[in-house]
Amino acid sequence: MKFWPGRRPSGFSANTNIKREEERRRSIFTRRAALLGAVQLGALGFLGHRLYRLQIEEGRRYATLAEENRVSAKLFAPPRGRILDRRGEVVAGNRLNWRALLVAEQTADVTATIETFSRIVPLQDHEKARIERDIRRNRRFVPVILREFLSWEEMAAIEVNAPDLPGVSVDMGTTRIYPETEHLAHVLGYVGTPTEQGAGDEGIVNLPGMRVGRAGLERFHDRVLRGRAGAVQVEVNAVGRVIRELDRREGIPGQDVQISIDTGLQKAIRNKIDEGTTAVLLDARNGEVLAMATKPSFDPNIFNSGVSAAQWRQWTASRSTPLINKATNGLYAPGSTFKMVVALAALEAKVCRPGDAVHCPGHVDFGDTRFHCHKQSGHGGVNMRTAIAQSCDVYFYEMARRTGMDRIAAMSHRLGLGVDLEIELPGTRRGLVPTRGWRQAQGHPWNIGDTIVHGIGQGFYQLTPLSLAVMTARLATGRAVQPHLTRAIAGQPARGGRPEDWPSLSIPEADMRVVREAMWAVVNGGGTAGIARLPSQYGVMAGKTGTTQVRRVSREQRERGFNVATLPREWRPHALFVAYAPYDNPVFALSVIVEHGTSGSGAAAPLARDILVEAFQRLPVNPTPRDPRVAELGR
Amino acid sequence: MIFERRLLTESRGAGLVSKLWRVPWLFVLLLGGIAAIGYVALWTAGSGNPDAYAQKHALRFGFCLVIMMSIAFIDIRIILRFAWVGYAFALALLVLVMFYGNVGKGAQRWLDIGPVQLQPSELMKIMLALGLAAWFHRASWERMGNLLFLIEPALMVLIPVGLILKQPNLGTALITGMVGAAVFWAAGMRWWKFVLIAGAAGIGAPIAYDHLRDYQRARITTFLDPESDPLGAGYNIIQSKIALGSGGMSGKGFLQGTQGHLNFLPEKQTDFIFTLIAEEFGFIGAMATLFMLLSVIVFCYIVAFRSRHQFGRLLAIGLGTNFFLYVFVNVAMVTGAIPVGGVPLPLISHGGSAMLTVMIGFGLLLSAYLHRDAELGPMRE
Repeated sequence: MKFWPGRRPSGFSANTNIKREEERRRSIFTRRAALLGAVQLGALGFLGHRLYRLQIEEGRRYATLAEENRVSAKLFAPPRGRILDRRGEVVAGNRLNWRALLVAEQTADVTATIETFSRIVPLQDHEKARIERDIRRNRRFVPVILREFLSWEEMAAIEVNAPDLPGVSVDMGTTRIYPETEHLAHVLGYVGTPTEQGAGDEGIVNLPGMRVGRAGLERFHDRVLRGRAGAVQVEVNAVGRVIRELDRREGIPGQDVQISIDTGLQKAIRNKIDEGTTAVLLDARNGEVLAMATKPSFDPNIFNSGVSAAQWRQWTASRSTPLINKATNGLYAPGSTFKMVVALAALEAKVCRPGDAVHCPGHVDFGDTRFHCHKQSGHGGVNMRTAIAQSCDVYFYEMARRTGMDRIAAMSHRLGLGVDLEIELPGTRRGLVPTRGWRQAQGHPWNIGDTIVHGIGQGFYQLTPLSLAVMTARLATGRAVQPHLTRAIAGQPARGGRPEDWPSLSIPEADMRVVREAMWAVVNGGGTAGIARLPSQYGVMAGKTGTTQVRRVSREQRERGFNVATLPREWRPHALFVAYAPYDNPVFALSVIVEHGTSGSGAAAPLARDILVEAFQRLPVNPTPRDPRVAELGR
Repeated sequence: MIFERRLLTESRGAGLVSKLWRVPWLFVLLLGGIAAIGYVALWTAGSGNPDAYAQKHALRFGFCLVIMMSIAFIDIRIILRFAWVGYAFALALLVLVMFYGNVGKGAQRWLDIGPVQLQPSELMKIMLALGLAAWFHRASWERMGNLLFLIEPALMVLIPVGLILKQPNLGTALITGMVGAAVFWAAGMRWWKFVLIAGAAGIGAPIAYDHLRDYQRARITTFLDPESDPLGAGYNIIQSKIALGSGGMSGKGFLQGTQGHLNFLPEKQTDFIFTLIAEEFGFIGAMATLFMLLSVIVFCYIVAFRSRHQFGRLLAIGLGTNFFLYVFVNVAMVTGAIPVGGVPLPLISHGGSAMLTVMIGFGLLLSAYLHRDAELGPMRE
């Protein structure tokens, strides 16, 4: 704020200076405000001119348009894009649907017309309520659906009675059809009438009978599948007869989406499994989901015509939750299938070497708690390889203790557990691998005993079958593949189809080799799943069993040497198996969870073998692929 | 001379009664007249039934009038001191609407406060003009040339604009930006900077467009080309032009319009209310309405030119520009000159949010008018 050098008293002069500045600022403001005002005045003048042109110069033309004719608009629904499986078979298509429509402005008495219609094609009260609501919500020229899926007789009856039904017309629409019914329901999702929220900003949802994707891929790819409505604007006379077409805009049909599922394989797997079983089969090299099967399921075609209250109650009340995709939303403890994660975390933390032996006497005491191995007599001396192959619990109690939970959790996240896998199925659960911080945030301490229990995959884990399959694929390939279902949109290949699209996990190859060899030994080296060995023509698979208790085993039961098979079914342990094959050049990665299947080696491993055999038969790995990096499947 | 002046200031400074005396009642009458046009038009929009929209409109205007007059009597110094509170409040609402807003027409815009639906982006435009005027009122011409000095007020514009864009509501975001730009302009930001910004925007927009995701692009194309929505704006505008044009010189007469009653006009009580006026009262009625709206803008400029402090000047310019943009965008839209939607005609359209915020703005404007000679502290270099 120095205006002058030196010690000149500034009082009066500074004041005048400020006044001068103030004056200057004001004059600049005046000039600029005047300019702004002139621009605004000019803009309003332009509007005045426009009004003059519309109302005075062209007024007569518009008056004619308004008095003698009226403009009406009609929309065409675009055909919804299809969903094809990896062989090009249609798994979500469209079929014809004859509908009766009512245009409210073309009838003098809407209620009377609906009553007349109801005498020809009986309408129930809730249908009438829906029709009246639709008429209230829409503009008067928008056709409202009276009844869909008309039979031939009903159509004939409507045509015959047409003179008594002003404003009623029959038209041909399309409706969604899912030829594979319940086999692909969880992947494809379903379509339904749009909700206010799902409508988005396009006028298209005003269409009568418009359906939008409400779940699964139908929802994820809704924008692509939906297309754009076409429209004609026509001049109609006072009684609604079309005089001429003013404007026509062709619709854009929805685009086809090709997915990576092999329908035949999916069906074959679903026919092998029982209620409560889930299997996820991935292409280990790029994460493509080849099959995602779970039972029970539902028929998505039902959603298309509206779900009855009774049906809905039956679905939601059922304990076996048919509407829920257990592959992405079922949460399980991983059990011993988690041991590879602990092994890799221990190797990375350098708390042991692969050859180091731990003595397993059948149990181990930490503090005053005794932790049991599943083999009561103990495994004796075990190293990492035998510990995985024999699924020794004591070895992994010790590794977990040395490594610590947070490092184990960090490794599990790298392998795709408890993280968002970004699969195209809305609502997929990310699952949970507990950490000390997570437990403490809940207001509980994390004890060393917690770490030990979590070393064998029991405890607070909540993991989806999908994430276990991803873990297996990442173990097999060393790449951070993510599961995905989209192969191509409108014929354009989607991203993620090549192995090199996925970054390396940067886990040392030597560590990975230890774990892979151990998984090989599980099946082929005297391990827990020797029963599941592949027929030799399909090569060799590597895997890991898991059995997770759903109830605590009491000391009393343990001492009696009880047999889990004698328990009521819902108390029996879940059976798990993860596998990949072929061992030397992994293509398939698989996870299987059999709810209450009692034992991983007994129930899950043989099923996994059967699924892999099915996969090798249906999707033979081409020995001379066109692209040497990717052996094309099933061509 | 000095004596007289003091007398004058004293008589101006104090007392509700003397303030009441000096209220520009002609302006208040003008607002009432515009609201009355709205009443008549909404009567028509309700198909000859005044209970549908018109009565509520009258009640709402009365309520807003009370709010306006209450604000008008607040001393401008208090308004200046607490301007930032108003700005921060509007900004907070804008953030709130992101989390708790109701989704209407595919965008998060509304906030339900009991029975009232508030559109924070509307309030933001008024509060932005207020906030910027408060920020700039002591800034000299030299200071306005300092780029660093302009960073904070620029953020004051860009943050709400960004939030409104995210709703997404491109139209309101642009209008908010233009209100901000008008205050910057009047405050003395160098003209070449405007040229630079316009140039950068011209170059940057296509680049930004390239980096958008597909669904974001789709939103912008639907905004820029509403005809892609076959029953939306394209249809509306054809209908609007027919209704408007068929009005002719003197119109079809009160309640005699055909297009509106036949329900060809969608949202006739909100965005397309001007069409109804033009159809039933013709070119004469439309121009008279336009002239009254113009008079409101002119009054804003009168306040600006007569104010002895920069705060009042800038505030009046900001509010005037806001009102102008409402009128221009709405009328240009119904006459098919520009392809935008969702901007109501203030004081005439049905709906509370715009009327309430516009009247709050006029409350501030009247306060600036009543206290136009107040001392608001010296300018800073």
